[in-house]
Amino acid sequence: MATKLPKVPVVIVGMGWVGGIIAAELTKAGIQVVGLERGKSRSTEDYYHVHDELRYANRYELMQDLSKETVTYRNNEKVRALPMRSYGSFLLGDGLGGAGVHWNGQYYRFLPYDFEIRSKTIDRYGKGKMPEGMTLQDWGIKYDELEPYFVQYEQMAGISGEPTTQDNVGKMSKPFPTPPMKVTPGMKLFHDAAKKLGYKPYMIPSANLSQDYTNPDGVSRAACQYCGYCERFGCEYGAKADPVVTVLPVAQQTGKLELRTFANVTGVSHSGGKATGVTYVHTPTGEEYFQPADVVVLASYVFSNVRLLLLSKLGKPYDPATGTGAVGRNYCYQVNGASTTAFYDDKEFNIFMGAGALGSSLDDFNGDNFDHTDLKFLHGANIRYTQAGLRPIQHNPTPSGTPGWGQQFKQASIQYANRVLNISGQGASLPFRHHYLDLDPVYKDSLGLPLMRMTFDFEDQDKELVKFIASKTKEIADQMGATKTEMKDSLSTYSIVPYQSTHNTGGTTMGGDPSMSVVNNYLQMWDAENVFICGASNFQHNSGFNPTATVGALAYRAAEGVSKYLQKPGSLV
Amino acid sequence: MANEDKRPPQQPQDDSRRRFLKYTGTAIGGVVVGGIVGGLIGANANKTKSGAPAPGASPAPPAAESDRDYNQALMFFNQNQFQITEAATERIFPADDLGPGAKELGVAFFIDHQLASAYGSNAKDYMMAPFYKAEAYQGYQMAFRRRELFVLGLEALDGFSTKNYQKKFVKLTPEEQDAVLAAFESDKADVQAVPAPTFFNMLRALTLEGVYSDPLYGGNKNMGGWKMRSFPGNQMSYTDVIEKDGLVKIEPLSLHDHLTS
Repeated sequence: MATKLPKVPVVIVGMGWVGGIIAAELTKAGIQVVGLERGKSRSTEDYYHVHDELRYANRYELMQDLSKETVTYRNNEKVRALPMRSYGSFLLGDGLGGAGVHWNGQYYRFLPYDFEIRSKTIDRYGKGKMPEGMTLQDWGIKYDELEPYFVQYEQMAGISGEPTTQDNVGKMSKPFPTPPMKVTPGMKLFHDAAKKLGYKPYMIPSANLSQDYTNPDGVSRAACQYCGYCERFGCEYGAKADPVVTVLPVAQQTGKLELRTFANVTGVSHSGGKATGVTYVHTPTGEEYFQPADVVVLASYVFSNVRLLLLSKLGKPYDPATGTGAVGRNYCYQVNGASTTAFYDDKEFNIFMGAGALGSSLDDFNGDNFDHTDLKFLHGANIRYTQAGLRPIQHNPTPSGTPGWGQQFKQASIQYANRVLNISGQGASLPFRHHYLDLDPVYKDSLGLPLMRMTFDFEDQDKELVKFIASKTKEIADQMGATKTEMKDSLSTYSIVPYQSTHNTGGTTMGGDPSMSVVNNYLQMWDAENVFICGASNFQHNSGFNPTATVGALAYRAAEGVSKYLQKPGSLV
Repeated sequence: MANEDKRPPQQPQDDSRRRFLKYTGTAIGGVVVGGIVGGLIGANANKTKSGAPAPGASPAPPAAESDRDYNQALMFFNQNQFQITEAATERIFPADDLGPGAKELGVAFFIDHQLASAYGSNAKDYMMAPFYKAEAYQGYQMAFRRRELFVLGLEALDGFSTKNYQKKFVKLTPEEQDAVLAAFESDKADVQAVPAPTFFNMLRALTLEGVYSDPLYGGNKNMGGWKMRSFPGNQMSYTDVIEKDGLVKIEPLSLHDHLTS
């Protein structure tokens, strides 16, 4: 029997970016918050010996322990889903700060087109442009409405970027608070080549600080040292914005946040269309607690947000056979795979140096910034050269035709270790009727609860996108003075094995139509007015960008929603 | 155009001696210690049957105190398993004009230590039943733990070698060893106990990890893997040099060099 705890105004499930932002905003306003984090606590002191590729990048030091919980996966409904037994395609965060600790820090606001993708696609190309089964939806919010929340995140995190933006992305009401990062020789080659071709390259907006910065909450952080250990690592300098060095200390300083680590939430209790609280297991002891609350906020990673709703029988599960129900709908990913590698026999680059968000990119072939009339796909990709710091276990480039091991491999991989630049596209992933999340009928987690099951594959849309974007990466790379370039332009069946991207989205989508979405544009649940669900699980599709900027903006929006709701309960829309 | 880095050296205390030994052509620590192990194995391989106790008395003189690497001992492998691993990894990453190969870099010790660790027992992997035959795109779906799979793979290398060449794997010529490994890689070896390509891919991945991970794990001896490709290991900052053209040469640092009290 769960021990019942005293009721609190707000309980938040998951203390990453979303939980941290909402906790900071509410506690600053004097609201008492309990934050539940299933993993351990964390601070920059934990990164004393963080420059360890094997431990962090190959053995996944910061990631969720899959022996306790994973997801199952299948390509379509005809095959049996099997568990992701070890890491591959994506990496699930764990512990205080969640995936916000091990990100690269690349910060892109989604395009105005993204939020109205269905309407804008139909307006420009007609309904017939969407292939059979594609379930595009508008997000129930427009870019201009979300704009102030992007600004809030940027000021908090100290995003470093160019003072003005290109005209093919959303307008900014306030410039980035810090200037762009440094420019490396490789970035310059990319930038100049793109310019020469008439494109609009710009410095990737970065959450790795270009200079020391004190944010509006009074949190001071040091500048990035370009040490090359960002993605999959924590930042010992606190230069990479993460929840542990930005929003969480602010919330804690108010004295209004009670943070409980090792608290694994297993269910949301509800009756009569309202949640009453959450049940969690204190993982070291196995003891169960019930935390009553006026408002329940689900702020976990995509899979956990969706899974908790399904486990709690809250909301209507999506049924792909009828297309009804919304929980688990519109699971999307990221369509990577379009790239060109430039090999230089006469030049060496310091590509072991870098920062997660150091790079140059362009959006000439992203969103609807180009005419799709004669193309067999929608949306596109951000095309970029990044210098995130290439480490030797994972970076062994060889020209095609080189054996994968032995003396020739050794010689080629060493020769080119510092002689390649990779231009790649980060493609949008659009929703299809038969891509979704539900509970696995067979496999369970360590507590005996069903695992999340993913049904997903790449479609013709994705394959066509990759082919097109790859040709653009080649066009640019060919202008970069390389000895030779090699293009990758094919995408096959989605595989859980190779790492691709930790940009999983959807399942608790936002929108204006309760039959097609789980939450309204305040991230308030249609089926339970005192439940707010926030994260990349709100995305109706994934854009050709990293998701954190948009997740961050939505978190500020949700914080405002919770605040409004506490003052005046009821639907916010 | 190489830029010399002017940062103060943060080398371990005995490093100057190591460098002295290296530049004067005297064997450095890794070679001496590796030589002892190799020598023992070579001298006893014919008479030692599997299961027989490892040789105790040392025919070679012990290395000088400061060059002894106490990390070079076995946590998991038996002698035969160690030998096969050393030979196979050397074919995957051989010594050549560019520098040391897997053997000299201590890769077989690295693999031994890894298999003895949480990685070897799949401690952070989902290992709950049921197990089903999977499509390749669904990833690893066997009940074998990595250390079990690896040992079965090593046995299979010996079995396949004996069947086709009437010799154990370590007794084959380098060319023959390559042919055996290639057969495993391409799934042309008729191996029953273990999926040969799965084992091969694991062997290859572990080899590269052993060549390039921080020396604290037992491979990349004296940062020899990093030095070959001018990788500076872990540096605290590149702020002052990241904008420069051309390769900036920096003496590598290991995590050991970052120990502060």
